[in-house]
Amino acid sequence: MRSFTYARADSAADAVGRAGASGTAFVAGGTNLLDLMKADVVHPERLVDISRLPLDRIEDTAEGGLRLGALARNADTAYDERVQTRYPMLSKAILAGASAQLRNMATNGGNLLQRTRCYYFYDTATPCNKREPGSGCGAIGGVNRIHAILGASDQCIAVHPSDLCVALAALEAVVQVTGPEGERSIPFAEFHRLPGDRPEIDTVLRPGDLITAIDLPAKGFAEHSTYLKIRDRASYAFALVSVAAGLEMDGGTVRDARLALGGVAHKPWRDPEAEAALIGKPATPDQFRGAARVLLRDAKGHEHNSFKIELAERAIVRALTEAAERKGAPRP
Amino acid sequence: MIAIPSIPGFLREPNGPIGKPVNRVDGRKKVTGDAHYAAEFTLPDLAHGCIVSSAIARGRITRIDTAAALALPGVIHIFTHENRPSLAWFDRKWKDDDAPKGSPFRPLYDAEIHHALQPVALVIAESFELARYAARLVHIEYEVAPHQTNLRANRANTFTPGKDKGGFQPPPKPRGNPEQAFLDSPVQVDVEFTQAAEYHNPMEMHATTVLHHDDGTLTVHDKTQGAQNCHTYVCNVFGLPKSAVRVMSPFVGGAFGSGLRPQHQLFMAMLAATQLKRSVRVELSRPQMFSFGHRPETIQRVALGADRDGTLRALIHEAVQESSRNENYVEIVVNWSGQQYTCDNVRLDYKLSRLDVHTPQDQRAPGAATGVPALEIAMDELACKLGMDPVELRLKNYAETDPNTGNPFSSKELRACFQHGAERFGWAKRTPAPRSMREGRELIGWGMAAGVWDAMQGQAAAKAVLGVDGKLVVSSATADIGTGTYTVMTQIAADVLGLPIEEVTFCLGDSSLPTAPIEGGSWTVSTVGSAVKAVCDRVRSQLVTLAGKLDNSPLKGVAEADVLFADGHLIVRNDRSRRLSITDVMRGSGTLSIEEEARALPYLLARARHTFATHSAVFVEVRVDEDLGTIRVARVVSAIAAGRIINPKTARSQIQGAVVWGIGMGLEEEAFTDHRLGRVMNHDYAEYHVPVNADVPEIDVLFVEEHDDMVNALGAKGVGEIGIVGVPAAIANAIHHATGVRVRDFPITLDKVLAGLR
Repeated sequence: MRSFTYARADSAADAVGRAGASGTAFVAGGTNLLDLMKADVVHPERLVDISRLPLDRIEDTAEGGLRLGALARNADTAYDERVQTRYPMLSKAILAGASAQLRNMATNGGNLLQRTRCYYFYDTATPCNKREPGSGCGAIGGVNRIHAILGASDQCIAVHPSDLCVALAALEAVVQVTGPEGERSIPFAEFHRLPGDRPEIDTVLRPGDLITAIDLPAKGFAEHSTYLKIRDRASYAFALVSVAAGLEMDGGTVRDARLALGGVAHKPWRDPEAEAALIGKPATPDQFRGAARVLLRDAKGHEHNSFKIELAERAIVRALTEAAERKGAPRP
Repeated sequence: MIAIPSIPGFLREPNGPIGKPVNRVDGRKKVTGDAHYAAEFTLPDLAHGCIVSSAIARGRITRIDTAAALALPGVIHIFTHENRPSLAWFDRKWKDDDAPKGSPFRPLYDAEIHHALQPVALVIAESFELARYAARLVHIEYEVAPHQTNLRANRANTFTPGKDKGGFQPPPKPRGNPEQAFLDSPVQVDVEFTQAAEYHNPMEMHATTVLHHDDGTLTVHDKTQGAQNCHTYVCNVFGLPKSAVRVMSPFVGGAFGSGLRPQHQLFMAMLAATQLKRSVRVELSRPQMFSFGHRPETIQRVALGADRDGTLRALIHEAVQESSRNENYVEIVVNWSGQQYTCDNVRLDYKLSRLDVHTPQDQRAPGAATGVPALEIAMDELACKLGMDPVELRLKNYAETDPNTGNPFSSKELRACFQHGAERFGWAKRTPAPRSMREGRELIGWGMAAGVWDAMQGQAAAKAVLGVDGKLVVSSATADIGTGTYTVMTQIAADVLGLPIEEVTFCLGDSSLPTAPIEGGSWTVSTVGSAVKAVCDRVRSQLVTLAGKLDNSPLKGVAEADVLFADGHLIVRNDRSRRLSITDVMRGSGTLSIEEEARALPYLLARARHTFATHSAVFVEVRVDEDLGTIRVARVVSAIAAGRIINPKTARSQIQGAVVWGIGMGLEEEAFTDHRLGRVMNHDYAEYHVPVNADVPEIDVLFVEEHDDMVNALGAKGVGEIGIVGVPAAIANAIHHATGVRVRDFPITLDKVLAGLR
């Protein structure tokens, strides 16, 4: 096999120190990275195993929020009582993704860093600017049922496949990172990039950066929220469109709103203008549709995925309707 | 009526294992990991192969540079068309029992590229990981030639195939004047259907392990539905004596038709083993499972003309399918439409369009699974136009004899399928108008369809060895692809000789066993089961003879027909106190073992004068989200008429599995080809969708009583395929009933429904 070195980090600082050299990748759950290595899509020269670092806890924060350790497993996060009670949309989003086996292995930090499921990214005999910059985008003019309708570029129309991240975007989570230049906090909306002319870069992380935690603010929209995932089969499929919706209600009026979409862009898609269009308005399907149209105003379809534009509109209306109706956090 | 050989004693014993829900005799092996599959055999010096697949769809290789790969320590050899040894020259040497007319694909034969993912090199290394890495270092340059992979763009560029493949007859000549009758019909349906290409996707990927023994002989563990088919193929291609090779496939992790022909991993493993004189394993990757054989993409037109009372006046069914440049793969598609309903004016037409693809391959109910749904959706559309219940319309045009041939059916209890299926489903409570049933935001749809599949029989032989200890071993070179062959053959043998199941062992999946054909077409119970019965009948005769000769035998002078076999004993039918145990007969006569071999043939005279078919009626409830278009199959009732059911448990599993397939075909399965690249892009389990557990509802299977003395000595027809045939149409019809949206393009994904819901 293609040779690589393997080292186990004994502290976050050690991990960051080892990751300075180019061609280094952190490995935790390995549910995406190892597949990509086997498929010859990525070939790190050095693996730094961070899976034993003490970053797997879920703890309350002083601000009334919750800190999700980067190495907490997806399953442990979804079934954490505080997450279920205070951030039910997050729990629901995690459980809508992958399979029980994968959720037991996959970590929260790894989920943020998973790569697209674009067919061309995976098939090394085809062009892909994300895998091989400059080779072209196979999906544009090719098979693009699962591709982006928002924020794409003429270099890449891939989508981010995560469910968890869509809820994190809606919740305005903050990604805690430690790196060669110290620690910093990255607002979730800024964490993932749009493809532009550098589609090979998914996030704003710099070489050597290690995600240590994901902080959830106090506001969890527990009373009025949902995660709606629409896909081609009932389980074990990536979202065609997914919607994380959170509302704060004042009677029949929307006091605050969060809306994030998955399956439609290179990053979880949030649009402050669409959310603004909801605030102070009655919670009616027409208002929801209006907000959806704001969010989708620049949506652009390709040969096989144009249906996503209307599907996204309908999904937004449905998700907001469900969120508005919902009272209290559902107990799985 | 044709005279049928008498069946002495057989099946007259109510306590015999035939018809009982016997557990799988291989079940324990499977759940404990003791059932070994093709890639699980090994020898200490095993070498590993990895196939390099073509990056282009058509053209030729101009250069192969293997230097970087060969430089890796542990890489043993790289086979390409440039360094392959001399191989068989004539096409007939490359043919196999399921090969259609044409010139079979020859791996590594020359520089030509005929289709995407064509195998172009084989890397052999000391470990699998090394072979895989080295395969990536093989540098290949191509001269690209233009390709055609788009059936829709090539639908006019067709030809009419002949009888180009076993098991399929060209469509019958038109009867009556279908075009005029259609125009004259007061009620008409004229619609086009499309069906995406589907890949078999068995869970076990195709693999071959060739064990090279010190004496130069080879044991070939292959994933195949026909060990002897592969044995003949490798002996022909590599010029080996038959005695030098033994092909084994005792366990097969699903195949669905993908193992009917020798696939290229077999060739590759044999090539390396014979050249390197060592044991070799070659296993395909999941993407490489999209490099051979698939259910072909199809475009169909069905035109139905009817009187206002529902009487069919005209039936036209045309189909265009893809085949490769090198072979005429045919599955005819349209013939069942001429057989299913009475109609005086019928035209059936079947054409092929050659594309730059690998040859398609039989896939569970080939032809019928594609063609019958088109007919059955058109029938539903006709029922809607007539304002008639879909079941009523089918009964109105029920074919009592086969309209294609004029011959009677050997048996046909489709009417009972309609009746019992509808009752079980509660069809009478259906409100006919589309969008008339709902629960909350879910639109509820009830749809139905009929199904039909051929009840074929081939020739097979079986051997039986009865030991003095009363243990029986029966063998035949058939396969068990998860269907339950081991179990039902054990039941048949145990039934004939009145032995407990535990005393009988059935052996299969070994080319050295008595001849059996490839396992496909739902014909194994009929074909091999008849041979098992025949050989056990011979053992039975021997035992009666031996018993009659014993001193003071209670069976002295008793005719065979008056002896029944039960509980390990020979018993005089009308005086059950007169009995002898099989072991006493053996010991008493000094017989250490009884060995017999027998061959069973179909009843050719009966076959020439009758149509043999299984039938089904499928009832489906779907739930469609009225806003989002998401579709959920909520319940399925499948009523099956397939003659005698040897094992209701394994048969039910067959039907349930086939219904799951039907759900996949109806809603999910589709190979997406990038026609610029000529390449299937969703070549993995993540993006090529088959149903998951959450997609599969309760599936209620009914077997209706069907008596058939002509089909074979067992009265059984086989149930491997009939279960899928009606399902996609019943789903499509239910979706229409739920939503008012008619989708004629399989799979019915939510976007196609959404487009109609606007």
